[in-house]
Amino acid sequence: MKRLRRAVLLLTCVLAACFPSPAFAQEEEAVPLTGEKIYVYNWGEYIADGKDGSLDINTEFTRRTGIEVDYSTFDTNESLYSKLVSGGASYDVIIPSDYMVSKMINEGMLEKLDFSNIPNYQYIDEEYRNLSYDPTNEYSVPYTWGLVGIFYNKQYVTEMVDSWDILWDEKYAGKILMFDNPRDAFGIAQKKLGLSFNSTDEDEWIQAAVQLKEQKPLVQAYVMDQIFNKMESGEAWLAPYYAGDAALLVEENENIGFAIPTKQGTNFFVDAMCIPKGCRNKSGAEAYINFLCDPEIAAANMEYIGYSTPESAAKELLPEEVVNNPIYYPPQEIIENSEVFVDLPQETSLQLDALWAEVKMGGPGDSMTLVLTLAGFLALYLAVVIYKKVKRNREC
Amino acid sequence: MKKAVSRVYLTLIYIFLYAPILLLVVFSFNDTDTKSRTVWSGFSLRWYEMLFQDRMLLEALKNTLIIAVCAALGATVLGTVAAIGINSMKGWRKKLVMNVTNLPMLNPEIVTGVSLMLLMVFVANLFGISLGMGSIILAHITFCLPYVILSILPKLGQMDPHLYEAAQDLGCTPLRSFFKVVMPEIMSGVITGMVMAFTLSLDDFIISYFCSGTTQTLPVYIYSMTKKRVSPEINALSTLLFAVILVLLLIINIRQGRMGKKEEKEADV
Repeated sequence: MKRLRRAVLLLTCVLAACFPSPAFAQEEEAVPLTGEKIYVYNWGEYIADGKDGSLDINTEFTRRTGIEVDYSTFDTNESLYSKLVSGGASYDVIIPSDYMVSKMINEGMLEKLDFSNIPNYQYIDEEYRNLSYDPTNEYSVPYTWGLVGIFYNKQYVTEMVDSWDILWDEKYAGKILMFDNPRDAFGIAQKKLGLSFNSTDEDEWIQAAVQLKEQKPLVQAYVMDQIFNKMESGEAWLAPYYAGDAALLVEENENIGFAIPTKQGTNFFVDAMCIPKGCRNKSGAEAYINFLCDPEIAAANMEYIGYSTPESAAKELLPEEVVNNPIYYPPQEIIENSEVFVDLPQETSLQLDALWAEVKMGGPGDSMTLVLTLAGFLALYLAVVIYKKVKRNREC
Repeated sequence: MKKAVSRVYLTLIYIFLYAPILLLVVFSFNDTDTKSRTVWSGFSLRWYEMLFQDRMLLEALKNTLIIAVCAALGATVLGTVAAIGINSMKGWRKKLVMNVTNLPMLNPEIVTGVSLMLLMVFVANLFGISLGMGSIILAHITFCLPYVILSILPKLGQMDPHLYEAAQDLGCTPLRSFFKVVMPEIMSGVITGMVMAFTLSLDDFIISYFCSGTTQTLPVYIYSMTKKRVSPEINALSTLLFAVILVLLLIINIRQGRMGKKEEKEADV
């Protein structure tokens, strides 16, 4: 017994040595593995994993609870959704964004959470509870939040960036980037027009589409992560993106600034932890969610991933320059002036898909074009075959 | 003049082929705080260091390698057997079977991926299991199979069928004569097929994406990083993979060169 204890002590010391930060002093001993396992599905690079001297969240969770974590990652809410719907895999914890949470609630894909197993929910600030995507807050616990703003190159964009209109300014033609996903791209046009993101009015969506079509000749490219390369090399001067990822560029590159259009309002997004139906270890999943809500853990996690935490208690543990940075923690009135995405009704989302295709491809992808293209190919093929036959006959 | 033009042309082609890889290698050594791939700020090995600390990345790499090795072995064994069977067929039957095996190769990958997923989800639900490593390996064997068959068949066609009969005349059992006579003749085709299956499996994204369940392969992991900035760790990893494959290729070529010389010598004698 004594030897065992010594071994555990030694292990703890080794583990402590692995995490150099004193904030995570390892007072408790590691819990032996219980044989339980949870499956977690999160955004790519969206958790502290021990790199750069950060805390390895998943290992720490296993150490404290004895539950192993099988962790995998996705790139968009839509791919998360299709994975769950196709039935190819079952997860215990997923972290979709706001509108996807409400879509999943509407489709009955989420389990109700047992908040008695998530006591750390108490740390979540009042303003991040009961948000419109989960109005009664039964299904989700916020993980991170943030705002959408505009990256700009200070060398070329010398005016104040405080309005979405700048993305329509012909001065910057060919130097503007846009989101390559419909909700975010339309959102910008909607806020420019002063409309709601979650409108169900057909005309409003068409108005936004008209805006985007007008903007298209000025846009260099519709991109997601490539904006970092393009902004840094000066290939593009203006690009909207998520505030949490801004630090990477703004802090290291003095030519690049990040601004949030305050008057027109912007998108306030939340990524929230949920438990999907069909999960195999609900209590383990709730323990994991509870663990991520622990202010100490949340602070260590946010410090690494760069997004904002919904917990004041965690904020206190973060470095001051982060907390006082308006990119991460903007003044209350900006947040109040912003809007959350909610799931759109079927009709509206179909309309959105069609409009987005129209904006990007310049026309609706109707079945007529497809038939004509196929017929064209067929005609070409037949022509070649007939030509060859005629030629052969002549030769004979 | 003609020679100069052809030289320039050749150089351009090679630049076009290798410039991206060169750039990737160069930026894997970039000393950057912003994960930049466009701005050079000095030499460092930090991304290689990070790479070996990144548990998730290494886990994905491990999965990918296990899957690639299993898929290559499985597809080679099945493919060799199938190729021998097809080779001994005649007439319309042979044509039919060949076309049926070639079809998955021409089929868009996304169709293969979705259909395999539907089948596997159905079977998995039937037995109450979930998709994972096993289902990816099965899927990879499936789509690698035609390539293996195609690389072995010509070798079998070149072989003199009487050799096999002669071996049996001289007292070999069919199995023994297969290993003693047929295998050495078709070995180069088998190895080509296996290497091809290995690389195909290694970089497959679409099919793995659909059939993976909760297991994550390297291409799927890299793709999931695209909301944030893809880290130069990936450059470092790609550089290492490229180097390993380059060394393997060199070894194979040198060995083949030596063997070629040996054969020539023997022929001279």
